[in-house]
Formats: sequence, structure tokens, C-alpha cells
Amino acid sequence: MSAAPEASTAHLVAVESPSKRFFRATEIDTRLLGMVGALILIWVGMDLIGVWKDQGFTLNPLAIWDNHSFLTPRNLWNLLVQTSAIAVMSTGMVLIIVMRHIDLSVGSMLSFIGVITGVAQVYWLSPWLGSESPVIWIVGILVALGAGALLGAFNGFLVAYAGIPSFIVTLGGLIVYSGAAWWVIRGETVAPMDANFELIGGTPSGAWIGGKASWALAAFICLAIVVGIFTNRSARARFKFPQRPIWAEVFLLVVGCAVALGTAWVVNAYPWPAKVAEAYAAEHKIPIPPDGADGLGLAHGFAIPMLIALAVGVIMTFMATRTRFGRYVYAIGGNPEAAELAGVNTRFITLLMFMTMGILTAVSACITSARLDAATNSLGQTNELYVIAATVIGGTSLAGGVGTIYGAMLGALVMQSLQSGMTLLNFDSAVKDVIVGSVLVFAVWVDQIYRRRQA
Amino acid sequence: MDAAKPLPLVEMKDVSIAFGGIKAVDHASIDLYPGEVVGLLGHNGAGKSTLIKVLSGAYKRDGGTILINGEEAHIGNPRDAKRYGIETIYQTLALADNVDAAANLFLGRELRTRWGTLDDVAMEAQARRVMGRLNPNFRRFKDPVKSLSGGQRQSVAIARAIHFNARILIMDEPTAALGPQETKQVGDLIKQLKAEGIGIFLISHDIHDVFDLADRVAVMKNGQVVGSGPVTAMTKDEVLGMIILGKCPPGATPGPGAMAA
Ligand SMILES: Nc1ncnc2c1ncn2[C@@H]1O[C@H](COP(=O)(O)OP(=O)(O)O)[C@@H](O)[C@H]1O
Ligand SMILES: [Mg+2]
Repeated sequence: MSAAPEASTAHLVAVESPSKRFFRATEIDTRLLGMVGALILIWVGMDLIGVWKDQGFTLNPLAIWDNHSFLTPRNLWNLLVQTSAIAVMSTGMVLIIVMRHIDLSVGSMLSFIGVITGVAQVYWLSPWLGSESPVIWIVGILVALGAGALLGAFNGFLVAYAGIPSFIVTLGGLIVYSGAAWWVIRGETVAPMDANFELIGGTPSGAWIGGKASWALAAFICLAIVVGIFTNRSARARFKFPQRPIWAEVFLLVVGCAVALGTAWVVNAYPWPAKVAEAYAAEHKIPIPPDGADGLGLAHGFAIPMLIALAVGVIMTFMATRTRFGRYVYAIGGNPEAAELAGVNTRFITLLMFMTMGILTAVSACITSARLDAATNSLGQTNELYVIAATVIGGTSLAGGVGTIYGAMLGALVMQSLQSGMTLLNFDSAVKDVIVGSVLVFAVWVDQIYRRRQA
Repeated sequence: MDAAKPLPLVEMKDVSIAFGGIKAVDHASIDLYPGEVVGLLGHNGAGKSTLIKVLSGAYKRDGGTILINGEEAHIGNPRDAKRYGIETIYQTLALADNVDAAANLFLGRELRTRWGTLDDVAMEAQARRVMGRLNPNFRRFKDPVKSLSGGQRQSVAIARAIHFNARILIMDEPTAALGPQETKQVGDLIKQLKAEGIGIFLISHDIHDVFDLADRVAVMKNGQVVGSGPVTAMTKDEVLGMIILGKCPPGATPGPGAMAA
């Protein structure tokens, strides 16, 4: 098993620098590393600035060590919840951009779908089935997903079969869907959403899976990484292909498990709100410890929107890398003519891709409207810009052919970190916009320099 | 095979196609028999690539018919052409630059596991086998083909065309990016495929190549066929005369593009 590997890369290893060898063996993108660096910089920077501000702009080293403003479990937990809706859509936008298209309509489509499912729940299902009915949330989700699939497929049809550039189709969609959202409810707010549906947003106490389940999930992810590495190695061994060096496998395993367990640790360090915990203790006749409700050890753990985003990320990564559909999406992005000549039904794949984007937008519409516990016609306003920005920051090339799902999701986290951090520091929203926009342009500029250096 | 003339594998009759006002191919007729190599010659812009792209399903013809084994063939897209056993090495290679050699080799015909997912390991294994036959030194199976050399990219395109049991093989300038060593290898490959009974259209603007490998040549000029005939019945100078002047020699059957005598 270990005799074959060195053979084919031996001539390369000789001339490679250690860092080059590291990146080749682990297949880690240096761009990914840059993004992680940017994320850490934002987190630590926001934290330090926050503490510095809290201390009245004096620098006390002890204060910096003991106090945190940004890097608190509560804030990081909220950050993950807030990121989930954009992250879900970014997984589709990557593939749209990989195919050399764009979807500018996701923001207003989100509003429109949110309004549709809101109206369905509040004005139709609830009066008909009674507001307690457990069917409402299921039908509400199905209505949203169906609407998303339909609207997305319509976009895709116009792009693929009518031959209208996606920029125009979805720019039109941006205007049409936002008008349609207003038209359905005449600018009213539809509220409240169904109580079960609300769990999707992560706000009510039933929307957190708690400490034990969170640890179990993290452990399961670690196990999945181990199984993944072993299946890959044994498959390659069966065909006597070169293997990744053991140290690289171990490195990836350790990093993957550290991220999974670390995230579980953070979300589990965020206790239930005191009121909710006290009510729970009273109900279950648990005495409240002297140090307050936090002493009950009731942790939030992962929230449902985080789990949705995680599941979407896994499914979309699977689709992109393990299915013919994903293979075709990338091939079309690399050379549309070649894909067509190779016998790929490029039009149908394009249609399917836009439909997938619509379904993902519906998922985000559910998360966003559930979190707000209401639907308005401005629910997803400007979301398209954040989704595209997250995708581009995540290393997706606008020239097509290149981009990863995890990169885009990480990009979404970077964008949201920047926004939440500035909100926490009480930045004016106008200033926030100026900064977020500038960061996007700056990130792409850095990326261009990097690419030119590589070439 | 019968003593009588066998049925042609491919018969293209009066095929025409225009782009805007330009008649890229103008009432062209050519045919191909099993185990035969037909060289298609002509200047740049003569319409060679366009004519064979009609056969491979890349372009829809404006007029004319295509018969495969004597029966009218309905070729509306590349998938249809592949169903008739027509494989093509395009002049532009038509590779997806951002994915690796195996992904290109199997593009549109991916091997799948029993769960329906991509069987990348099996595809890489077969890719290694077929590439070993064409380019034994090739090692870069994990790199996107964009980072490969011209010759390596060409090998990938050739590998793709020969891997799926083609009956009709179209090679549009297959050796353009190859060195002398690899060009010879492709020549050997053509002889081998011919011996297996595959019909080959070999497009080139180098008549020496074609004279060595082809049984017959057809010459195009301004979208029209000047003439065609067995290589044994013509000299290289006569073929050059067809290419440059459109003058059909006595050994060849004149087409619509032949200069009026
Ligand atoms: N897709 C296209 N659109 C417009 N014109 C084309 C296209 N393809 C080929 N042509 C034109 O058709 C003519 C024949 O080109 P081509 O078949 O590529 O010639 P050859 O392969 O013999 O060099 C040229 O005048 C070329 O400009
Ligand atoms: Mg040509």
C-alpha cells in the first residue's frame, strides 16, 4: 500500500519546497488558507476593538485577556444562525457562477417565497386546519420549496432554452419578484408564522438541540471524516494508485475533527437564556443553583438553521463532486462548447441548476421568515448582493469553471462576521455598507493578484 | 466481405451549411468505407471542419442527407452522432480545461458506482490504461487539463475518441500539437484502428501525412468538393493543384468545386 505512492511524485518532490509539498499533499488551497486568516483577523480584531471601546479606549493587557466582546459563545452562536440563510444560497450561487451565469433574483425571490408561505400559513392553512395543526409547518415548507423550484426552473428555462442572458433574466426577476411580493400582500406584514415553522429560524427554545446531541453530532462528523479517509485510501489501493502521504491524511483528520469539536464546544458554552432556563427548571422541579440559571448546565448547542445549513452544504458538496450533474456543471463552466460536443445536455443542466438555486432560495426564505416570525415584501432585499459577495470572497471565479461549496459558505461567514462585528460596535448602517462593499472589491483584487502570481 | 462493393459506412450527400451569408459547405458529398482512411484536404477556411462537424452533430446542416450503413441517419446533436458510433477529435480538442484527464475522457459517459455516484477511481484506472497506450510517460492524472502541454492535451482528446469503440472516427488535424515521435505514434494508431475495420476521416493540411496514411483523398475549396480519388491514382503535385487551383486531375472524380476544364 505504501510502495506505490512515492513512485510517481518522486521527480516532483525533489524540486518542491516543503510548503509547496504540504499544499500539494493536503490538496489545501492557499486561497482557503487566506480566507481562514481573514476570518481570524476579523474575529480577533472585532474582539479587541470592542474590549478597547468598553474599557474607555485604554489599553489594559489584562482586560484584553479576560474580557471579550465579539468572541463570546453567545455572539458566535448568533453569528452562525445569521450566516445560515446566506450560506445556504451561496452553495447554489457557486455552481451558477461556475457555469458562467449569475442569479440576481435570489433576494426578491426570497421575499416572494416568504410572502407566499406566510400567506399560506396565516390566511389559508391556519383558519382551515386550526392554528394548532401540526400539518401547517409541513405544508408551509412544501409550498415554499415548490414555489422555489417553479420560479427557479422558469429562470432556467429562459436562460437555457430561450437563450436570454442570465444577467438580464434574473435582473428582470429581481424586479418582478419584488413587485409580486408587494402585490400579494400590498406591503402588509404577515405574522405570526406557525409555531412549529418558527423553529426553522432558531429563535424559540425548541430550536436548539442541546449539549448532548451537539457533542454526538460533532463526534459523528469526526467518525465520518475517518470513514471517508479510509474508503478513499482503500479504493485507491485496490487500483494501486498513488496515495496521499499518511502525515497529510492525519493533518486533515485532525483539522476536520478540531473544527467539528471546537464548534460544538462553542455552541455548548452558550447557556439558555435565564428566563427560559428558570421556567424549564420550575416545570421539571429542578432546584436552581445559587450561582443562577447558568449553573443548570442547559446549553443551546446547535440551532436548527445551523443544521439546515450544514446539511445543505453536505448535500450540495455531494452533488457537485460525486454526481454526473455536478461534473457537468463544472465541465460546462470550463468549456460550454466542449461539454455540448461531448454529448452533455447543457441546456437541461442549466435549467436544473437554476431550479436548484430556486429551491435553495426557498430554504433560505423559510429560515429568514421563521427567524423574523413574519413575512414582508422586503424580507430578502439586497440578499442577492450578499450571496454573490460571499461566493466571490469564497474563491469562485467570475470567469467560470472554478469554485467550491465550502469556500462560498466560509465566504458567507466572513461577510456575516464583518457585518455582525460592526453592528456590535454600533457602526452606522451607512458606514457598514461602505465597508462591506469595499471589502468585497478588495478581496477580489487580492485574489486577482494571487492568480496572476500563480500563472 | 462480398466481392461486390460493400455498403459505405458513411455517405454524405449534397450537404450544405451557411453562416450568415457565407456558404461554409456547399453541396459537398463524400463517403467512407469500413477499414478505410479518407484524407480530407484543403486550405484553411475551405470548410473541412465544418463539413465533419455536420457529421458529428455539432452543426445542423441546411440541406443534404447523411446515410450510415445505407440508412438515413438523424443526427441532430453530438449525442445522436455518438449513438451511431461516430467519435470525433476536434481541431480545437474540445476539452473542459478545468477538470482532469479522466473527467474529460468520460465526459458525457461517466462510469458510476452501483449507487449511481461517479466512480472516479474506476475512471482513473481506465484513463491510465488508455493513456498508457498513447502517451506512456503521462502521469498528471490529478491536474486540470489546462495545465497540460499541447501534446498531452491532444493525447487526452485522442484517448477519448478511441476509448468507446468507435466505428467511424473523425480526426481533425490530430497531430497539430504533436512532436515527430508522437506524430508517428498517432500514425501507428491509425493503421491499427483501420485494421480493426474502423472508418476514419483524417483531416489535415499537410499532404505528406495524408499520403502516407490515407487510401483516398477528398479535396475541398471554398466549401465545395473539388474532387476525390484513391491516393494511388494521383501524385502529390496533382493533389496540390486541386488544393490551390481547384484543378481536378484525371485520376480523381471531379466534384462541384472542380475548375471548369
Ligand atoms: N461557427 C461559425 N460561424 C461563422 N462562420 C464559421 C463558423 N465556423 C466556420 N465558419 C466559416 O466557415 C468557413 C469554413 O471554415 P472551416 O470549416 O473551419 O475551414 P477549415 O477547417 O477547412 O479550415 C470559414 O470561412 C469560416 O470562417
Ligand atoms: Mg479546420
